[in-house]
Amino acid sequence: MNDFLEFFSFADANIRYVTLGSVLLASSSAVVGCFTLLRKRALVGDAVAHAVLPGVCLAFILSGTKNPFILLLGAFITGWISLVTIDFITSRSRIKEDTAIGLVLSVFFGIGILLLTAIQHSGNAAQSGLDKFLFGKAASLVGEDLIAFAIVAVLLLVTTIIFYKELTLLCFDQAYAKTIGFPVRLLELLLTTLTVFAVVVGIQAVGVVLMAAMLITPAAAARFWTDKLHLMLVLAALIGAFSGVAGAFVSYTAPAMPTGPWIVLIVSMIAIFSFAFAPKKGWVSRLFRQRRNKTHILEENLLKLMYQLGEKKPGFDAPRQLHELLERRAIPQKEAKAGLKRLIKQGYVERTPEGWKLSSQGQRRGERVVRLHRLWELYLTQYLHLASDHVHEDAETIEHIITPELEQKLMEELGFPVMDPHSARIP
Amino acid sequence: MILQVENPVVEVHDLTVSYDRKPVLWGIDLTLPAGALVGVIGPNGAGKSTLIKAMMDLLPVGSGYVRIFDKPIDEVRNRISYVPQRESVDWDFPASVFDVVLMGSYGKLGLFKRPRKADKDAAMEALQKVGMQAYADRQISQLSGGQQQRVFLARALAQNADIYFMDEPFAGVDIATETAIIELLRTMREQGKTVIVVHHDLQSATEYFDWVVLLNMRLVASGPTEQILTQELLEQTYGGKLTVLTKVGELLRKQEFPSREA
Amino acid sequence: MNAFWIILTGSLVATCCSLLGCYLILRRMAMVGDAISHAVLPGIVIAFLFTGSRDSVPMLIGAGLLGVLTTFLIEFFHRYARVQADASIGVTFTWLFAIGIILISVFAGQVDLDQDCVLYGEIAYVPLDLWITEGGLSLGPGTVWTLGFVTILIILFITFGYKELFLTAFDPAFAAAIGISTTAWYYSLMTAVSLTTVASFESVGAILVVALLVAPPATAYLLTDKFKSMLLISVLAGIIASVAGYYLAVWIDGSIAGAIATVTGIEFTLAFLFSPTRGILLKRKQLQPVQH
Repeated sequence: MNDFLEFFSFADANIRYVTLGSVLLASSSAVVGCFTLLRKRALVGDAVAHAVLPGVCLAFILSGTKNPFILLLGAFITGWISLVTIDFITSRSRIKEDTAIGLVLSVFFGIGILLLTAIQHSGNAAQSGLDKFLFGKAASLVGEDLIAFAIVAVLLLVTTIIFYKELTLLCFDQAYAKTIGFPVRLLELLLTTLTVFAVVVGIQAVGVVLMAAMLITPAAAARFWTDKLHLMLVLAALIGAFSGVAGAFVSYTAPAMPTGPWIVLIVSMIAIFSFAFAPKKGWVSRLFRQRRNKTHILEENLLKLMYQLGEKKPGFDAPRQLHELLERRAIPQKEAKAGLKRLIKQGYVERTPEGWKLSSQGQRRGERVVRLHRLWELYLTQYLHLASDHVHEDAETIEHIITPELEQKLMEELGFPVMDPHSARIP
Repeated sequence: MILQVENPVVEVHDLTVSYDRKPVLWGIDLTLPAGALVGVIGPNGAGKSTLIKAMMDLLPVGSGYVRIFDKPIDEVRNRISYVPQRESVDWDFPASVFDVVLMGSYGKLGLFKRPRKADKDAAMEALQKVGMQAYADRQISQLSGGQQQRVFLARALAQNADIYFMDEPFAGVDIATETAIIELLRTMREQGKTVIVVHHDLQSATEYFDWVVLLNMRLVASGPTEQILTQELLEQTYGGKLTVLTKVGELLRKQEFPSREA
Repeated sequence: MNAFWIILTGSLVATCCSLLGCYLILRRMAMVGDAISHAVLPGIVIAFLFTGSRDSVPMLIGAGLLGVLTTFLIEFFHRYARVQADASIGVTFTWLFAIGIILISVFAGQVDLDQDCVLYGEIAYVPLDLWITEGGLSLGPGTVWTLGFVTILIILFITFGYKELFLTAFDPAFAAAIGISTTAWYYSLMTAVSLTTVASFESVGAILVVALLVAPPATAYLLTDKFKSMLLISVLAGIIASVAGYYLAVWIDGSIAGAIATVTGIEFTLAFLFSPTRGILLKRKQLQPVQH
């Protein structure tokens, strides 16, 4: 707890730097990641991330310093080359995109590792710390480095805001963008450049190996919460920033822990949580919705059964026993009882000492289900030419889903019918 | 106008197929006669390919069943052949024409067995039937569209099956190939094979098929060609969309409704 | 002698990877191979914690299972949670890899693996870890035995499953129609890839396995149109890269695995530029499709 207070009071200038740095790095790459994700090129970022390593090493070998601007420049150049190479290979040979990405990723990285180990073995004292590019060094960002990366990150965010409309169209409908005279090639170039920049600053936080996560994961998570692009960008940035801070905090409390992997672990957990629990799109939410559908179907079936019994003698006012319902349709007794109880609560069914009875409200709803069932059966036989002995099963589902507008339309198309295919009256 | 036949080769019973819960085929009841050249016809998006894939049990089926030769499909796999759409494979694949045709024998060979001389002869013979024997060693990436289609056809022939499902075999082929294919299909019919062809061209349908299935999300008609290809039935197939049906399908998908109560 | 063992190890890794890589790139699953190679890391760490060794059957199996689990997870996220396919791959492997690195840090004292080894292996140390029998007889490096065993398994697998692997890669719909289980062959292939990555891991590391899975097959793909030749050329390219890579690394005093990856890249570049049929510089007059 003490650690927690100490960290989040930001009293220590170092902590302020680290936090600010992580937030900027993680959120700027998350924002750019949204665009690459929507263009279905998420994994390209992975290739770029690996490809900056030889650039960093070459920049060091040629300049002999670890000046962040020079290393950034080197990273930028090879990152950019890698993207161009992927495009070149896919357009000029029969190699497919996934192969080209895997190829560029691993070969560039291999060259990087070869150079890095060669530098390490050369005994050059200035080299120490270069290997931080492998797994990031968010926790030790200070002074000069931080200023350099912060400038790039802010530039990145500002550019994205300025070109928001154009980039959106590029992701959404490239062909259309071209026809209305957008400079699609230039925009692609811009997005490529943004991606490389995002990677170059992002690797400071998590390193080349896990950089792909900073581009892909926040964007994929945000996608599950909203369909609006601007919200998605904001959400992705927030998710990225939160993971950045949380990662910095972990390595503050446990200095032996690698920051980068923790940031990635946290952002992944957020993403997996989103895949499962996001309302509407999440997997669990969808399971819940399917369950709700089931109870909905059960309740309407009970009302329908009671209505159908009511159509016979002695009419709707007569209370019915549970077994009368279950004779007409096999529903597990426990479920049926639970369903009836819920219907009482909702005011559709009344419990009398002699049995269960539809309320007037329940009668109306039961009637509607029966009507929809028979209407759909009629629709299937008339428009789909299905045999009348085959339509019942289909209608059993559809009766629960038809909306009042569709019901109206169905009535119109069928010419306000009175009889269903089995010559039962349509109520 | 849906004619059912006695002793059908294919029996489709109350079949509903959904993609992502949205039904694309509703309640199909269909029987097909043996030894016929059957055309499956309908507009784009009518579910023609879906129907033949569902017949071969290549797609999960929402409800209903299919029986072929009065047996569940998995028991008669070695009597079935399939000619997929040409675009469904990567023609840059490193394989020769002969390699592809030889695949026809794989189903019968079973696990771990290699093709023997008899299989190779059968493959060669099949190539001869489609007039491609000179191309046996040619790489498939060097073939024209019509030649690719012939290779696929040869692969099916090499299988020596009893029932053939073909997905748009006439799409994008030259006239010579089209004539050659239809000649071949007729020969197959004479040998008592059943051939089910997804087709999109109404003009040639009258001439090619002796049984026609009209499809548009539901079965519109099925029967002998001359009785089926009428103005009225075609209007039902191609005219006016069934808006209510489409909307209900959309609702099922959006609300994650089961296509059948379970 | 050390050079011999290192080159032999490299060649064995190259053989397994190049063979399986042919199927991966033809199925457009190169990045799934990449994902598996990263995702086996936590499995390796855990198996290592339990068994305390690196060359053991439990290790191969345990970590190999995790590789197969990765493909399940990718499928699951994509199919049931409806995550976009490429994002599903990206999220899954970075997540598992991050867990692996964290595990290494947590159990730093007990696990003889470090972060660098994870990335580019320790092929140079292979000859040091000898398998010595109770009688005191040295049988050479243990890693070579493990890799040799895996190589034999892989070769048996693609020999006996040749026609099924070929068909399911080329035309899965047809395969399913004639009753060949595409799912079973898919997961068998993924199991083989997992086994290979686990066995190769400590020699060349996670990312350079990918170089050998992708680059030699891609090179071969540009040089031939016959599948069997593609397999052979791919293996040959992989072995040449191992030999050349070793000497390159010795020359500039760097990582051997990195050098091997570099050479595979050079091979690809050469094929891309100078392939007699498909090179962009030397392309012969394209064979026109003959109209019939």
